[in-house]
Amino acid sequence: MNKKNSDKSVAEKIDDLAKDTVSSIESGNNPDVTFPLRGLSNVYFDETQKMVKLGDKTQTRNFFNVGQAKKFMQTFLVARVIKELVKENITAPIRSIYYNTKHTIGDTSEETWEDQSESDPIIEDLEITLGSLREELHVRAGQKGSMVGNLTIIDAGDTIDLRKMGSGGWSIPSIVEKDIIKFKECEADYILFIEKDTIWSRFNEDKFWKKNNCVIMHGGGQPPRGVRRLVRRMHDELKLPVYVLVDNDVYGLYIYSVIKQGSINLAFESERMAIPEARFVGLSSFDQEKYKLPKNVTLKLKDIDRKRISEVLAYPWFKKKQWQDELKHMVEKGVKLELEALSAKDFKFITEKYVPEKIKNKDWLV
Amino acid sequence: MANSDDVSKRLGEEMRAISVAQFFEKNKHLLGFDNLTRALLTSVKEAVDNSLDACEEADILPDISVQIQQVDASRYKMIVEDNGPGIIPNKVGEVFAKLLFGSKFQTFGGKQGRGQQGIGISAVVLYAQNTTGKPARIITKTKSAKQATVVEVKIDVMKNEPIILSQTTIDWKNEHGTRVEVELEAKYVEKKASVSEYLKETAIVNPHASIKFVDPKGNKEIFKRVTDDLPKKSEKMKPHPYGMELGTLERLLKVTSARTLSSFLTTEFDKVGGTTATEILKVAGLDPKIGPKFITIEQADKLIKAMHSAKIQSPSTNGLSPIGADILKKSLESEYKLDFACSVTRTPSVYKGNAFVVEVALGYGGELDIEGPISLFRFANRVPLLYQQGACALTKATTTTSWKNYGISQSGNNMPTGPLIVIVHVASVWAPFTSESKDAVASIPEIVKETKLALQECGRLLGVFIGKRNRSQMAAKKREMFKNYSIELARELSKITNQDEKTLLTKLLQIAEEMYKSGQLKPEEEEAQLAKIEKRKVGAFKKDKDEDGDDYE
Repeated sequence: MNKKNSDKSVAEKIDDLAKDTVSSIESGNNPDVTFPLRGLSNVYFDETQKMVKLGDKTQTRNFFNVGQAKKFMQTFLVARVIKELVKENITAPIRSIYYNTKHTIGDTSEETWEDQSESDPIIEDLEITLGSLREELHVRAGQKGSMVGNLTIIDAGDTIDLRKMGSGGWSIPSIVEKDIIKFKECEADYILFIEKDTIWSRFNEDKFWKKNNCVIMHGGGQPPRGVRRLVRRMHDELKLPVYVLVDNDVYGLYIYSVIKQGSINLAFESERMAIPEARFVGLSSFDQEKYKLPKNVTLKLKDIDRKRISEVLAYPWFKKKQWQDELKHMVEKGVKLELEALSAKDFKFITEKYVPEKIKNKDWLV
Repeated sequence: MANSDDVSKRLGEEMRAISVAQFFEKNKHLLGFDNLTRALLTSVKEAVDNSLDACEEADILPDISVQIQQVDASRYKMIVEDNGPGIIPNKVGEVFAKLLFGSKFQTFGGKQGRGQQGIGISAVVLYAQNTTGKPARIITKTKSAKQATVVEVKIDVMKNEPIILSQTTIDWKNEHGTRVEVELEAKYVEKKASVSEYLKETAIVNPHASIKFVDPKGNKEIFKRVTDDLPKKSEKMKPHPYGMELGTLERLLKVTSARTLSSFLTTEFDKVGGTTATEILKVAGLDPKIGPKFITIEQADKLIKAMHSAKIQSPSTNGLSPIGADILKKSLESEYKLDFACSVTRTPSVYKGNAFVVEVALGYGGELDIEGPISLFRFANRVPLLYQQGACALTKATTTTSWKNYGISQSGNNMPTGPLIVIVHVASVWAPFTSESKDAVASIPEIVKETKLALQECGRLLGVFIGKRNRSQMAAKKREMFKNYSIELARELSKITNQDEKTLLTKLLQIAEEMYKSGQLKPEEEEAQLAKIEKRKVGAFKKDKDEDGDDYE
């Protein structure tokens, strides 16, 4: 396995990986590649850094093994394409990589990939094995997420005033490193990160960012890494506190945790993406009582929700008492609550009362 | 369950009251003439059964030819010719134009025979006469006769007597044999329950016979002889006390030539010696010296109860004539192209004093249809049972066997599916049928049990075969898979490193070969591992899937 070696270019690292394999084939051995193991069994919670980090367990993939042969072959299929991208200096979406490398194997009916869920993890495996950043591989994700606020940025050389982005906002690209995105000037006091685009639109329509002098952004559900990386950069470089507003369900709370502490799947990227100081403003499991929301705006918990809650409760990075209380209270009530439920009060309740008061009263979770 | 004796008796009684024509009309459904398709099949069956029985009786290997010719839309001519011993001219009328009710009419014991299952060829002649008005035409010649006799015969429906319309002699190509021609209302079908299917099944369980068939379109089919050994002649057997019923016992008491009850028991019954007879009579409280004719009905009742409760050896099985496992298998293989066949003949067993033996043969793969239910062929005493599959004990035994254990798909207790032929043959002196039409074997627990045991015995052999084949197919598939992946890998590595693609591929395939040889790579054993991996990759929660966002659009 190649050690992380940032002195070498990605193309060189791919060459090394392939040469290792070739020489083991030439000496008549079953070729193998060793990867750091990804997944719950190889992550831990770093108490000092307050982040989910990748452990040091590895997994060796052999070519001549019924269960591993295809993945082994797929790894070099992707590696070859990435080398070409790097050499030609173009970037490609992960979906294009999937299509570019999809073909029928020999005269069988088998395809190199069944669907994109097979090729995406192979790209992540390579990323981590080569010790290279996603953007160094010239690979990008489909973009999700928008942002507006009292801030001017430079995006690929174009100056963009985020106060003049109309109703749709500026669309956050998937690669947001310094060579592409620069911060020109910023007046905002904080970032409000909202789970969904629909609620974000409500905030934009009300010019919440103007009235409250902030930046509002969303990541379209689970935020892609471009969005996460940008929030982190703004937090670091512009010193903006981050407030997170999500649905009151286990997935919403988990989105908060991903922004704050990192995720299992991308644990190796936590140090570049996690924001341990991020604050949770809602929705809380206790909000229904607190704001006297009618019963009929709640949704009943399903079995799958309860199962996910019990899983999440067991994560070492979910051990804080208030977090446990949030989830346990949710189970006790047997219901969950969407952000839209606040409209039961008034359409402007969320933008004019709920969020401003939570922030003013420091009524948040950390 | 219908006892043939009783049926014969009842039929006989009815006969006295009405004409045969009326009787026939009333009982068409019992006699197998209830619809046009079945009428043709029954006619063929009666004629072929007659031919087979005649040949076996005379120790002749049967050569039978069956021909169906279309006369008009719903009228057909059936011609069945055999190389049997032939019939003496003055008996032709009686054989073909007088309704008799099976050879069992006069006997109390019996022997395993085809005749149990039909009313006889004369019913065919009657049916033909009723539907087309035409007489039957018979050509027959015995070995000693110089010429063959040609007889045109009808049945006098009031008197149940033959009417000979004409009788001549001709020169005939055959040394001996009989040819029957009848014209009847019928419907000819292909495929299921067809004449061809019936003959094919008949050929399977009569491997000593050669059967030729010419269908209405002139297509010829030949079912070849598989063995030159004639079946063992089934012997007449004395009844066993366990199978005795009161009515039969009463009649037997009247006709016996034994002078005392004691000698009645020892001479008329199977497995009853002096000691057993004394024992039975002691339990019944009857004097061994009484003459059988003086026994009252109450005493007969006591006697039969004592007979049923006495400890008596199992019935003799020498009257049974199973086909034999080896020949049955050979026969199956000669009719179908198969990948695998196996068979078993169980040791004889007993239900209610009647000996029976079950034989099973399985044929798998080859030209058989992969989809759809398996083919179950049921036989009783070498005669195919084509109707009422659902009501038959042999079907029940088949569907309640767990075929999944043997690599055959089956949902619940339904008919399994796949490329499989199941042959079940029950040979018995008294084959128990659900009804007088004799299409389905009654659900006698002993028969179901024996059938299941035979099916399981064969099933295990089939399971071993299918398992082996699946493993070797799997191994071949895995080898192919490694080869294909090697081609892909060599190409990608070559593109990255500029090494020669062909050299890499050759080397990879060498490594694989060495690993197969040394046993480091056993594709057939890694199936389980693969399944495990497949299972592992399932994701849990929809909303979690796009955790880290960029995984999905």
